[in-house]
Amino acid sequence: MMLKIENLHAGIDGKEILKGINLEVNAGEVHAIMGPNGSGKSTMSNVLVGHPAYQVTGGKVTFKDKDLLAMSAEERSHQGLFMSFQYPVEIPGVSMTNFMRTAINEKRKALGQQPLAPTEFLKLIKEKRDLVKLDAKFMNRSVNEGFSGGEKKRNEIFQMAMLEPSLSILDETDSGLDIDALRIVADGVNRLKSPETSVIVITHYQRLLDYIKPDIVHVLYQGRIIKTAGPELALELEERGYDWVIKEYEDSVK
Amino acid sequence: MPVQNYIDIFSQNRALIDKGSAGAMNALRDKAMKSLVRNGLPHKGLEEYLHTDVARWFEPDWGMNLSRIDMHVDKAQAFKCNVPNLSTLFYFLANDEFAASDTAAKASLPDGVFIGSLREAANRHSEILEGYYGRLADMDRPGIAAINTMFAQDGMMIYVPDGVIIEKPLQLVTLLHSPVDLMVNRRILVVLGRGAQLKLLLCDHALTGNAFLTTQVVEVFAGDGSGFELYDLEETHNANMRVSELYLSHGADSKAEIDYVTLHNGQTRNSVFSTFAGRGSSLSLNGIATIDKEQHVDNMTFVDHRAQDCTSSELFKYVLNDSSTGAFAGKVLVRHGAQHTVSEQTNRNICLTRESRMFTQPQLEIYADDVKCSHGATVGQLDEKAMFYMRQRGIPQAEARMMLMQAFVGEVIGRVALEPLRDRLNRLVEKRFRGELSQCEGCRACR
Repeated sequence: MMLKIENLHAGIDGKEILKGINLEVNAGEVHAIMGPNGSGKSTMSNVLVGHPAYQVTGGKVTFKDKDLLAMSAEERSHQGLFMSFQYPVEIPGVSMTNFMRTAINEKRKALGQQPLAPTEFLKLIKEKRDLVKLDAKFMNRSVNEGFSGGEKKRNEIFQMAMLEPSLSILDETDSGLDIDALRIVADGVNRLKSPETSVIVITHYQRLLDYIKPDIVHVLYQGRIIKTAGPELALELEERGYDWVIKEYEDSVK
Repeated sequence: MPVQNYIDIFSQNRALIDKGSAGAMNALRDKAMKSLVRNGLPHKGLEEYLHTDVARWFEPDWGMNLSRIDMHVDKAQAFKCNVPNLSTLFYFLANDEFAASDTAAKASLPDGVFIGSLREAANRHSEILEGYYGRLADMDRPGIAAINTMFAQDGMMIYVPDGVIIEKPLQLVTLLHSPVDLMVNRRILVVLGRGAQLKLLLCDHALTGNAFLTTQVVEVFAGDGSGFELYDLEETHNANMRVSELYLSHGADSKAEIDYVTLHNGQTRNSVFSTFAGRGSSLSLNGIATIDKEQHVDNMTFVDHRAQDCTSSELFKYVLNDSSTGAFAGKVLVRHGAQHTVSEQTNRNICLTRESRMFTQPQLEIYADDVKCSHGATVGQLDEKAMFYMRQRGIPQAEARMMLMQAFVGEVIGRVALEPLRDRLNRLVEKRFRGELSQCEGCRACR
C-alpha cells in the first residue's frame, strides 16, 4: 500500500476543515480528487505534505508502512512524497541549480547515499529538462523568479522528475495553464508513471483528467469524501456539476 | 569618562602626542579641541545618533598608547585575515601604526605613488598632507572627527598621481592588539589625482579579546575622472566598539564604489559623508550587516548632490539574530541646481527573532526639479512560503534558512565590483550564518 488515510481530521487556525477523510492509494494508481471550491482539497494536500500552518486533530496516515504524520515536511519528501504547488513560490537569489542540487543531495544524505557527482547531476538535469521542455537558461535563474505561469508549472514537474517521488500530489496543476502547457505538463507526468509510483491529482475541473487518466475519482465535499467511483465520474461531474452528488450524499445522511 | 577628562588628558600630554607626529596633524589639534569643547561627543539626544549612544562608549577609562609603546603585534596573524589570496598589496595598521608586508614593501609602484604612514608622508609629501589632511573631516558636525583629530598620532596616506592606475587592490589589515583595554584613533587619507584609480580593502580585526574603542576617520579626495573602490570589512568581536567616519569628495566624471560589511562585531557606527563636487559622477554605496547576540550596527549615510548629472545608488541589507539591534539612516540631499540627479536608496532587513530590532530612516531632501529619486525600506522575516517550498523539496529547515539568508545578502554581494572579493564574501557570509567564522573561534570575548 502506498498511502492509507484513516479518519483524518485537520484544520487551520482552530477551524476544522477535514472531517474524517478515508482514502487508500495503491502503488501504480492514479487518483483524482475533485470537489467544489472550499471543500478542503488544498487543505488535504497541505496536511499530507506537512505544512506547518495546518493542525491534524485526529486520524492516522500511513505512507509506505510508515507513520506519515510523525515526519517533518523534509522527511516526507525524503521518503518519496512530492507536491506540485498550485502557486509555485519565487525564491530570489537561490538559483535553480543550487536549489535542485541541495534538494537531491539532502535526500541522498537522508537515505544514506553519497552526494551525486557534478557530472551525473548535470546529466540528470539535462535529461529531466527535456521531459518538460524547460530551457537550460532557467537553471541559472532564481527559483521561479520571472517564470511565466506555464513555466512555473513545467518547473514543478521538472522537480518531480528530478526527485523521483513514489507519490506525487498535483495540487490544481492545471490552473492558469493554456492547452499547450497543459499537454506538456500532463505528458511529463504520464512519462514518469510506473507500477511503483502513484499520483493524486487534485483538480476542480475535468480538463486535466483528459490527459492524466485517473483510475479512481473521489468527490470531496465539506471535508469528507462523499463519492468514489471510476474515471467515468469525472466526465459526469463535468457534464452535470457537483449538485447531484451533494444531493445524493445529503439524502443518504438523512 | 566625561569629555573634560579627554580634554585634560589632551592638555597634559600635548607634547607626547605631538612628538613624532606629522606637523599637519599637530596643526589641527587645537582647533579640534575647541570643537570638542563646543560640541561634546555624539549622544542619543542628537537625531543623527538616536539609536547609537556613541558618547557612552567613551565613558570607560580607556588606555591610550600616547607614548607609543611597542605592542608587539604579531603581523603573521594578519595572514589569518579571512580575505587572503586576493593578490593584493598587503599593509597593516597595528592599532594605528603603519607597516608594509615584505612583498608590498618590495613591490614596484608606479612613479609618484605614495603608500605609507602619515609620519612618513610628512617627510616625503608634506605639501599633499598639508593640502588635504583634515580638509574634509567636519569637526563641527556631530561625530568623532574632533576627538580623532585631537588624538590621532599616525595612520596611512595613499597618494595616486594624475592618470596613474593601481591595478592590484591594496589591502590594509587593521589589527587591534593590546594587553589592556585600549582606545585607538586611526586616520587614513587618500588623494587621487585626475583619472587615477585605486581599490582599497580595509579589513578590521581584533586579535586580543579585551575591549577596544576605535575611532576611524577616512578622508578621500577623488579627482576628476578617477575611479575609487573602498571595501570596509569588519570582523571583530563582541567587546569591540568602532566609530568610523568616511568623507568622500567626488570630482567630475568620477566613479566610486563603497561597501561596508559588518560580519562580526560588538558595537559599530559607520558614517559616510559623500559629496558630489563635480558633474557626471556616480557612487554605488552598499552595506551588509550580519549580527547576533547583543551586537549593534548603525550605518548612517549622507549623500550630498551638489553637482548636476550625478548618480547615487545605495543598498543596505541587515540580518539580525538573537537580541541584536541595527539602525540605518540614509539622507540624500539634492541641492538647488543639481539637475538630472539620479538617486536610489534601498534598505532591507530581516529580523530572525522577536527580540532583534531594526530602525530604518530614509530621508530625501530635494531642491531641484528635474531629478529621479527613490527610496524604500522594509523590515521583515524570512519568507515562510519559500521556506516551506524548500522543505517540501527535501531541504531541511536549517539549510533552507541558511539559503534564504544567503540569497538575501547575496544581492548586495552581487554589487561588489572586485570579483575575487565577491566569491570570498559569499563564503564568509555562509560561514557567518553557520556560526563558523574562524576569527572568533577561541576568542573569549564572543563566548
